Amino acid sequence: MSVLTYREAIKQAQADALAADPTVFLLGEDIAAAGGAFKVTDGLMDAFGSDRVMDTPISEQAIIGAAIGAALKGARPVAELMFADFAGVCFDQIANQLAKYRYMTAGQVSVPVTIRLANGAGQGFGSQHSQSVENWFLNVPGLKIVAPGSVEDAYGLLRSSIADDDPVLFFEHKAMYNVKADVPPELVPIPLGRAHVVRSGDDVTIVASQAMRRRAEEAADKLSAQGIAAEVIDPRTILPFDYESVAASVTRTNRLVVVQESSAAGSWGATLVARMAAECFESLDLAPVLISAPDTPVPYAGALEAAWIPGVDDICTAVLAMDRY
Amino acid sequence: MDYPERWEIDDDPSLDEAALLEMLRAMLEIRGLEDEIQRAFTKDLVRGSTHLCTGQEAAVVGACSVLRTTDSMVCTYRGHGAVLAKGASLAATFAEIVGRETGLCGGKGGSMHLTDAGVGAYGSFAIVGAHLPIANGLALAARQQGSDAVSLCFFGDGSTNIGAFHESLNLAAVWSLPVIFFCENNLYGEYTAWRATARVDRLADRAGSYGMPGVRIDGNDVIAVRRATGQAVERARAGEGPTLIEAVTYRHRGHSRTDPAKYRPDGELERWLKVDPIRRLENLLATRGVSPERLQEITAAARDAVRDAVEEALSAAPPRLEALYEDVYA
Repeated sequence: MSVLTYREAIKQAQADALAADPTVFLLGEDIAAAGGAFKVTDGLMDAFGSDRVMDTPISEQAIIGAAIGAALKGARPVAELMFADFAGVCFDQIANQLAKYRYMTAGQVSVPVTIRLANGAGQGFGSQHSQSVENWFLNVPGLKIVAPGSVEDAYGLLRSSIADDDPVLFFEHKAMYNVKADVPPELVPIPLGRAHVVRSGDDVTIVASQAMRRRAEEAADKLSAQGIAAEVIDPRTILPFDYESVAASVTRTNRLVVVQESSAAGSWGATLVARMAAECFESLDLAPVLISAPDTPVPYAGALEAAWIPGVDDICTAVLAMDRY
Repeated sequence: MDYPERWEIDDDPSLDEAALLEMLRAMLEIRGLEDEIQRAFTKDLVRGSTHLCTGQEAAVVGACSVLRTTDSMVCTYRGHGAVLAKGASLAATFAEIVGRETGLCGGKGGSMHLTDAGVGAYGSFAIVGAHLPIANGLALAARQQGSDAVSLCFFGDGSTNIGAFHESLNLAAVWSLPVIFFCENNLYGEYTAWRATARVDRLADRAGSYGMPGVRIDGNDVIAVRRATGQAVERARAGEGPTLIEAVTYRHRGHSRTDPAKYRPDGELERWLKVDPIRRLENLLATRGVSPERLQEITAAARDAVRDAVEEALSAAPPRLEALYEDVYA
């Protein structure tokens, strides 16, 4: 085993993809000479040259469009959006161009673009740099959405995203860049579209991704001390979502809690709860619970942001309330 | 200011008669197909809206005449002519517009999304300006692959006021990409005169902001268009970077099918009909000694080709319902 951070895993995945496939190249703001705002591409320009690791102007539409055009001609571009929130600046390129190109042309060409986006709250970046942007794209068929919640997943899912022939939005939780973990010396690709049962249990199913997955694991520890065995599932891929794995778990536990770092409306958690209520109604002992942030922008001050993000106690309280039934 | 200075177009002795006749054929076929599309629309065979390029044939034909199949081309929703000029078939183009299985995109794209990747026509884009960034990517990949292929991007005067235009020209210049930014200035951005939306005398001047050459040409002069595009393509192939071309032309019809274009000053359309690009090329051929009979033959052949294409397209089946679910993912 070796120790790797989430940041290092993502950098390693890009380095390995660049080494394995000459059609892969990286582009984005400050990613080459400066190594990236979060240093996720540090050293890659020195290793692979400035033709394959390219700095761009601050021009998100031009970045995503260049990636799309290059992909149409057979390249496998990996574009970085420094903060996921900047997807708002190039929403058209992602939602109208990238996602629909293959469909509108009846599959004449595929568009293997990977967009890496630094996602999520918890570090005081304020309302415009802290959102859980994956939810903006749930209603855009044609995209795949990936949200790794561990060091090993970060590597394996990014390798699969880059190798995938479809457009992939790869959300990196920026509060996790320094998370360390023991990983096998030989990291391998992890297939998209498959959830991961992080922890097994028979009493309740808790579904959570990225930073919320870590809190769900902490909550499961606390609940375990009270005799409640929680199963924690990390969906890993948000689109297409692995509903089957969650349904299989709920069929056994009969209770579902979904935790997400965003408001409830139009979110993957809300979609999951609706779907499980419809498909697993007979299995559920009581209504599924969705733990979300309030319907406000992400606030700046430490105390306010901490109150905004769902916490370990929120999860425990919800599960214990269910246990009264 | 925007109207051609002279009616006659200058000859180019380096072009043989066959090359000129070939451009005439292409322009006539585009004109003929647009007329058929208009007719099909009135018969409810075309859904949604459709945007005709009647009057702008010299721009797309002249520009595409210097491209190879391996060069890329992207265009706008007013793109029927551009896609045909790049080499798409008349029948498959018309079939797409009337939503048939044999259409370029199997009936899933429609009038605004004609794409034929096989001939390097990488799409007609229905969001104003959205394809300029994509043209850069096509050029970048060509360079990465060690090819001297170029990327040509048609867009309208309206696109020059959208952010993607500025981001794209700047990036193309910074990366010295082999792109030709070809602005068809047809005097109207949708329903508004271009001079009411910009304070520069020439849109080509905007090139200066990005450190690339900008040229303004008579877009109803197919020879001038061919020459200017040829020079820009040569620069691009030689690795000398992008060029902005502003070809001044005129949209004979309104913005879309439902637009009667009442905002145009009285007499403007009639004035521009006098500088119809097809009539001007025919006149040049006549001065070269091409007989009226020969020109009539070309006209009749184009009319027949369009008629056959329309018949073929209309006899094709609508898409299978299963196609609804296909091609979302690879």
